[in-house]
Amino acid sequence: MAKVFGGETAIDSQTQLALYRMQVELRLFEKRAHDLFLQNLVKGTSHLGLGQEAVAAGFAAAMRPDDYTFCTYRGHNHTLARGASMTAVMAELLGRGNGLLHGKGGSMHLTDVAHFAMGSYAIVGAHLTIANGAAWSAQYRKSGQVAVCFFGDGATNIGAFHEALNLAVVWKLPVVFVCENNLYMEYTPIASVTAAKNPAADRATAYGLEPIIIDGNDADVCYRTALSAYERARSGKGPSLIEAKTYRHGGHSRADPASYRPKDELEEWLKRDPIDLYRARLLARGVAQGVLDAIDAEAAAKVDRATEEAKAGPAPSPDLLERNVWADGGAAWRN
Amino acid sequence: MAELTYREAVAAGIAQEMRRDPNVVLIGEDIAAAGGVFKTTVGLLEEFGAERVRDTPISEQAILGAVMGAAMTGLRPIAEIMFSDFLACCWDLVANQIAKTRYMTDGQVSLPLVIRTANGGGLRFGAQHSQAVENWAMAVPGLKVVAPAYPADVKGLLAASIRDPDPVLFFEAKGLFAEKGEVPEGEHVVPLGTANVLRTGRNCTIIALAAMVPRALEAANRLARFGIDATVVDLRSLVPLDARTVLTEVSKTGRAFTVEENPRLCGWGAELAALIADECFYDLDGPIVRITTPHIPLPAADALEDLARPSVERIVEEVRTAMER
Repeated sequence: MAKVFGGETAIDSQTQLALYRMQVELRLFEKRAHDLFLQNLVKGTSHLGLGQEAVAAGFAAAMRPDDYTFCTYRGHNHTLARGASMTAVMAELLGRGNGLLHGKGGSMHLTDVAHFAMGSYAIVGAHLTIANGAAWSAQYRKSGQVAVCFFGDGATNIGAFHEALNLAVVWKLPVVFVCENNLYMEYTPIASVTAAKNPAADRATAYGLEPIIIDGNDADVCYRTALSAYERARSGKGPSLIEAKTYRHGGHSRADPASYRPKDELEEWLKRDPIDLYRARLLARGVAQGVLDAIDAEAAAKVDRATEEAKAGPAPSPDLLERNVWADGGAAWRN
Repeated sequence: MAELTYREAVAAGIAQEMRRDPNVVLIGEDIAAAGGVFKTTVGLLEEFGAERVRDTPISEQAILGAVMGAAMTGLRPIAEIMFSDFLACCWDLVANQIAKTRYMTDGQVSLPLVIRTANGGGLRFGAQHSQAVENWAMAVPGLKVVAPAYPADVKGLLAASIRDPDPVLFFEAKGLFAEKGEVPEGEHVVPLGTANVLRTGRNCTIIALAAMVPRALEAANRLARFGIDATVVDLRSLVPLDARTVLTEVSKTGRAFTVEENPRLCGWGAELAALIADECFYDLDGPIVRITTPHIPLPAADALEDLARPSVERIVEEVRTAMER
């Protein structure tokens, strides 16, 4: 379905096993998060990345450890893929004091600066402009870092998308914009509300960028595409805009059963499950089934452990309430 | 001391900090080659170069996103939003992103950035280029709000804002850009959250901000002719708020007047009136009086605009009426 970008760069078997492991971990984490919603242990809302693991795994694996990630409220995958503690992420979903943000951010705002995961942004589109800022800073400091910004198809219809792309090109910023086109803008088919057939790629030429459409369910394709885009950014050639076609296995958020999707469409995409595809590829390349089974078992154990550790965490301490509004650690607005 | 205009003091404050810290950078519409539409950034491109002083497209969201992303990754950026009314175009960045991120991440992310903007009326620009909106910013937890009245404070408070580890909205009073004043030539920094008592009187305390400060001071001089001896307090910043100075000065005189350019409802004077009522009610000899712009968009015609914003005459009249009641 998609044009492969990034050539046929060989991917070594260690990287491929790491890509497989990451996708499985993300899948099992999100399934567990869903179970915990059903048990009402996760309050509020949450937006799962089930079915979109290949984008998160592939793009993260190609990053330098100090490259910046910006993502959306559907950001569990992207935060974990940078190396954030699974226990801390789970605890944040559970509103525990041992959460990544000590319970102050929640599912939609996962941030782990120590791993250069610079935040999950819950107002559609804004973070494209913020990713530009990190890229501008890297350019100014000549640090060689790249800012990678993930967003959904819905974000392509908001003004900030266009402001960000224009400035990124004019300033030749080392930023890589990755649109995860999962075909639905919340509850509405993206095609029914968008003038362009490919919501991101068809807009690329307006900004002098190459239109790039990739199979977002193929982790190898994502990985190769990422490598080329990061190289372009690091060598001073400016931004890239990549549209990764993928599919959300569930609804927009926990409240959405996604019954609006045609049954045959869902079945078609489930046949293209990124993890099933990747597992089959590795088996075809001669990886022993036992190796993959062991990875599956380790991932399951990791998610179990994270769940138990997260649940065992304390409630957030009341002194967090008025902590860290300001850099002095407090919330005082007057003397 | 050098005599500078308010607009020259803006450039002087930025230049002082750019010389001191290579991480200070400035972006905005028309701020580099053109020196700013209000000529507040003249000479900065020439002295600091195009990497540090950068023109942007008319993209307020992109401007504030850029300074936010830069601030969280090691720079101390300054953004100019040409008119404060345009903050509405990028209020998501201001109120949802910049203001909330430190808190939401429990301190993981620091945002040492300054958003400078030309605020308020006086230039007959009409309702979309004239409103005083510092009260919008004051209502958002996580933003510091600074609004100087005099060139020396422009330089000193701008320097403090740039050095501050938190996001600061810096409101430049566009009606005062041409006003002159003495400005210290060497390093000059005025701490945020320190009000300035400009005049001490026995009968009442007038609290003002930005363009209303010189008017309050002139009103106090005229009130003296009617036997009313007024203290005048220049707040200088709304957040942090120097509540101690306000309360102390109100307690001394027993009467409080606020003079603000905000439209009446939820202007900062309302917050101050509540604070005064809460904390020094028993020192008051009469009601707290708010002198404000009426609750209207600002009209363009000079005759109407002058009627809308608190004038020296209106301040005198309202204070006299209240004091002689």
